[in-house]
Amino acid sequence: MSNAPTQPATDERIKSRSKFREALIRPELGGIVGTVAVFVFFALFAFDSGMFTSKGVLNWSQVSAQFMIIAVGACLLMIAGEFDLSVGSMIGFAGMMIAILAVTLGWPVWMAIITTFIVCVALGALNGFIVIRTGLPSFIVTLAFLFILRGFTIYFPQTIERKTIIGGIKDAAEGDWLAALFGGKILTGFFSWLGDMGLIETFSRGSREGQPVVDGVPMLIVWALVLVVFGHVLLTKTKFGNWIFAAGGDAEAARNSGVPVNRVKISMFMFTAFCATVFATCQVMEFGSAGSDRGLLKEFEAIIAVVIGGALLTGGYGSVLGAALGALIFGVVQQGLFFAGVESSLFRVFLGVILLAAVILNTYIRRMITGER
Amino acid sequence: MTEDTTFHHGDPAPSKPLIEMKGIQKHFGSVIALAGVSVNVYPGECHCLLGDNGAGKSTFIKTMSGVHKPTSGEILFEGRPMSFEDPRDAIAAGIATVHQHLAMIPLMSVSRNFFMGNEPVKKVAGIPFFDHDYANKITMEEMRKMGINLRGPDQAVGTLSGGERQTVAIARAVHFGAKVLILDEPTSALGVRQTANVLATIDKVRKQGIGVVFITHNVRHAMAVGDRFTVLNRGQTLGTAKRGEITQEELQDLMAGGQELATLEGSLGGTV
Repeated sequence: MSNAPTQPATDERIKSRSKFREALIRPELGGIVGTVAVFVFFALFAFDSGMFTSKGVLNWSQVSAQFMIIAVGACLLMIAGEFDLSVGSMIGFAGMMIAILAVTLGWPVWMAIITTFIVCVALGALNGFIVIRTGLPSFIVTLAFLFILRGFTIYFPQTIERKTIIGGIKDAAEGDWLAALFGGKILTGFFSWLGDMGLIETFSRGSREGQPVVDGVPMLIVWALVLVVFGHVLLTKTKFGNWIFAAGGDAEAARNSGVPVNRVKISMFMFTAFCATVFATCQVMEFGSAGSDRGLLKEFEAIIAVVIGGALLTGGYGSVLGAALGALIFGVVQQGLFFAGVESSLFRVFLGVILLAAVILNTYIRRMITGER
Repeated sequence: MTEDTTFHHGDPAPSKPLIEMKGIQKHFGSVIALAGVSVNVYPGECHCLLGDNGAGKSTFIKTMSGVHKPTSGEILFEGRPMSFEDPRDAIAAGIATVHQHLAMIPLMSVSRNFFMGNEPVKKVAGIPFFDHDYANKITMEEMRKMGINLRGPDQAVGTLSGGERQTVAIARAVHFGAKVLILDEPTSALGVRQTANVLATIDKVRKQGIGVVFITHNVRHAMAVGDRFTVLNRGQTLGTAKRGEITQEELQDLMAGGQELATLEGSLGGTV
């Protein structure tokens, strides 16, 4: 085998592909096209609505960031070949747990947050463990957890406080180091400088006259960006990322090659739970309260963002950057319709249409990749 | 009915066998899947294991690759008795299996597939990253050696033909240090030209001193590359013959069943 065998320089049956077509075959395509389309649309039809002022930008950025946080978890899990339908209930459950521990039981907020993270990630591991052990579809196992967690989220505050919303977290979190990591803002100095320079909008009257309308970047957005970068690097640039693709592409083939499929899947369930808990903590810190109905339907919104981002529902293919773009489209459209004064129920129509379009596009791209017909 | 000593009739063995399976029995409850099968594989040979469906070929190679533990019998690997607890042990020892249903993931690139489970890492700032440059380079090199033209290392395995996928799987096993390569019906679903490619690959691998176990029920494919032929029937070996000692028709008849055994005894030179 030392001598290199002679071979034809090219195979006459491999059609050369244009660079353009090569560039098309990537999971993020739908997300990129969608993002451009959405921004062009709103720039044309709702430019004067206040959507592109600093306050407007902050508004849809925050909504998009929320979607991004849960979409990153859902994306990696979907590529690993599983679903988690309990994300929405997990958000409600985590928020309520922080509120009960910190407000009702009077724990320090940092302790409440850490305990909640531990419990929720453990619940994610339990989800994964049951899926792996029983071999049942994750769809059904996590559907059970959707109801179990939502049930507890309503039961506990009802039983303990006789109400379904627990407030007073803002006061409890005052000066707490860990709470600031979820509810604080960064770059406040930079923004007030921008305001002073007249580069961004400032209040023109009232007690905050002269201060910028947007006084910093909320930690929610920071978390979203950090998680997106982390997820993207993990998926595309590490060994573990290869295992995620392999576990979702064909678990049996991956096992034959020595990939620890069970470990990969369970850790992705844990990561999804972690993302849901980040979402919940940011939300609780922002609102200062936890409600039993928080996070409703979030699991589906996360999955839709992931699918718009080019991931296949069957696993083994997808992109975190795509999912982040999916989340951005989501946030921009939801808030954009609000700014444009369009009836908000039409948002759901849009959601359904874009989901269908994304799934069809994805199927087409997959055929191009695998050469199926 | 089969004795190990009946195997090496004729010339002395060229070297020591890589792996010796002696009197392997495997029972599943009341079913006797293997009733004392003995096979050995030398470095640089292609040992064909033939048999009709249900003959016990799959059970036998699963025993060899550590999936099943034999009920009784002995496995010697490079002269030392071995007991594989699971396939990982067998892989670590150097016994690689390319399955009939491939260990390839169509949606992933050739290079990601090639290094699946054995990803090369490069540390950047103490963090181990997947070394894509190295993986791509090696993949292209190995594929070129096997005579496969890739558009690029990021081409998805799904775009390759069945024969090319087999070749990728074989190249991967060889690259990661297989000493014994078990091919489970690699040609069963392939067309004529693709089969020829896979058979050519087997020949290349053999010349590198790797012992190849080629499972098939196609006698013509076996005759094309085999150095020795062992026929399994109903969990038993009907004997091992060397290339040139047996004709295609005789092998075919052997595979057909034990009824004709008596009449075929002469043609196998008393090895049955």
